[in-house]
Amino acid sequence: MAVLAYMENWDGKFKKSSFELVSYANALAELLETNIIVLSLGPVSEDELSKLGNYGARKIITVPDVLFKTLDNQVFSKVISVVAVNVGAEVILFSHDNAGKALAPRVSVSLKAGLVSGATGLPLSVDPFTLRKKVFSGNSFARQIIKTDKKVLTLAKNSIEVKENRGSVEIEVFQPDVQAGDFKIHMEDVQKQTGKVILTDADIVVSGGRGMKSPDNWGPIEELADLLGAATACSRPVSDEGWRPHQEHTGQTGKIIAPNLYIAVGISGAIQHLAGVSSSKFIVAINTDKDAPVFEAADYGIVGDAMKILPELIQAVKEMNAS
Amino acid sequence: MKIIVCLGNVPDTTTKVKFVEDNTKFDAAGVQWVINPWDELALTRAMELKEDSGNSVDKVSVITVGGKNTEPTIRKALAIGADDAVRIDLNPEDSYVAAYQMAAYLKNEQELHIVFAGTESSDYNGAATGGMLAELLSVPSISSVSGFELEGDKVRISRDIDGGTEHLLVDIPMLAIVHKGIAKEPRIPAMRGIMMARKKPLNVVPPSDVEALTEIVGFELPGSKPPCKMIDVDNAKELIDLLQNEAKVL
Ligand SMILES: Cc1cc2nc3c(=O)[nH]c(=O)nc-3n(C[C@H](O)[C@H](O)[C@H](O)COP(=O)(O)OP(=O)(O)OC[C@H]3O[C@@H](n4cnc5c(N)ncnc54)[C@H](O)[C@@H]3O)c2cc1C
Repeated sequence: MAVLAYMENWDGKFKKSSFELVSYANALAELLETNIIVLSLGPVSEDELSKLGNYGARKIITVPDVLFKTLDNQVFSKVISVVAVNVGAEVILFSHDNAGKALAPRVSVSLKAGLVSGATGLPLSVDPFTLRKKVFSGNSFARQIIKTDKKVLTLAKNSIEVKENRGSVEIEVFQPDVQAGDFKIHMEDVQKQTGKVILTDADIVVSGGRGMKSPDNWGPIEELADLLGAATACSRPVSDEGWRPHQEHTGQTGKIIAPNLYIAVGISGAIQHLAGVSSSKFIVAINTDKDAPVFEAADYGIVGDAMKILPELIQAVKEMNAS
Repeated sequence: MKIIVCLGNVPDTTTKVKFVEDNTKFDAAGVQWVINPWDELALTRAMELKEDSGNSVDKVSVITVGGKNTEPTIRKALAIGADDAVRIDLNPEDSYVAAYQMAAYLKNEQELHIVFAGTESSDYNGAATGGMLAELLSVPSISSVSGFELEGDKVRISRDIDGGTEHLLVDIPMLAIVHKGIAKEPRIPAMRGIMMARKKPLNVVPPSDVEALTEIVGFELPGSKPPCKMIDVDNAKELIDLLQNEAKVL
């Protein structure tokens, strides 16, 4: 028996969500009175792997093969399933991000293990194994039971506090029976944003809507984001109009994010927009219309013209940063 | 070459979600049903590929697992342009059942080329059906697909990753799990399409025997949150102070 956590890496590095997942795996293993094993695919340095030990990982299985630099859903899920069987894993964990969503369903089928995606915390009960997850795009929660002996979970962002739990780590190198020819996906090239805070990772997000009136008015949004170390985002019509790149589109049909602070400027707060941001810890709304629905979701609000308010906020943040 | 689009039937995204029977069932009374938003984009892209004479796509089929109540949604897909539709007659209890039913049907296809699935359904947000279907069919799956071009018998894919995009080349058969960006705007059926849709084949097939792996046992509406704290527009700077010292997020 074990809890197996699949740890995605980004060019050989882990992120806060990785440490969240280890913390969760650790808490779950405690609940199930079993141990946790972490699986990492692709080249990651020993130093980086050891960081997982700060959050409770004690045994790490690593596949350093460079073939695993490109995510191939079929091959990756096959290897994860093989390791899950080898270590007798009862629960297999993923983060609810691009890679987790790509792999968990395949692992679920290959192990015939029921899947709950986007779990928002530890099981409500272990028998029956019951989890809470968001449904209807964040408008409510469901309690879902996994009926099979083996279970697969993806963990929603911000569902558990990252908790330090230091100790020694044992790293085991595993070479799965996989050849280059098994990879059906060929990477041609990658385009990466450079020097910008990544929206799905950001602790603070400054977001603009149609109320910004024109793409030429984004200067203050970008300046405020810069000063706060925040990522920028936008509502759907703004990306549809081509005012901002589609990677910034947040909401039900765009990115679902859960920062500590979400600042919505000139965004009315349509249900589909809120679906993507309602897990933020704090929401600030700036809008000329005091009846805009965004104020119902917000924790702090200012009624007024964004183009007047943003420069004042920028000034205030500069003063804060200086002091 | 044929593209198969998996089609979900979901409550309109503006639906005020309510539950009945002691919060164990979604209240479907008065609900407007629509094509799952990502499936609608997938279908739109499939139609664009079919219309582009530069490639060999000559057919677009849609497949749904659902009761008779899903037929208006299926007819809408036919009106948008799909050539035919299959409905597997069952209300699936979980993603596994839905994927299993589609796989059981698609295994009988003479040749499988391209399958499109949406990244998740906007009701249960399972984000699982596409991946499960690919595993059941033993074909490669690519997730987070925001661009899809055909090049002979290969597919050129844009896959979104955190903070960027990868460009991939993949062989057919394959299953693409698509999201935002795959098509610009979902297509709206034209009058002619609506007329033609009535005559297009919609085959209803009986479900296979399979048990769900999970079960939803109850729902909860989110708790009410404290009211928004309003800050006077003439004192906007106070916001920064509150965020720093009260919310402690700066
Ligand atoms: C199936 C479906 C899926 C959708 N998915 C998404 C999604 O994922 N994300 C999303 O965002 N939307 C989505 N939408 C669209 C959504 O319904 C709204 O239309 C959209 O969110 C509105 O964007 P907005 O708030 O920027 O614009 P508007 O609704 O036009 O709001 C603009 C706001 O700016 C305010 N304003 C105007 N001038 C100023 C000023 N000078 N200063 C400050 N405020 C000002 C106005 O009072 C208004 O509240 C979806 C819709 C559908 C049907």
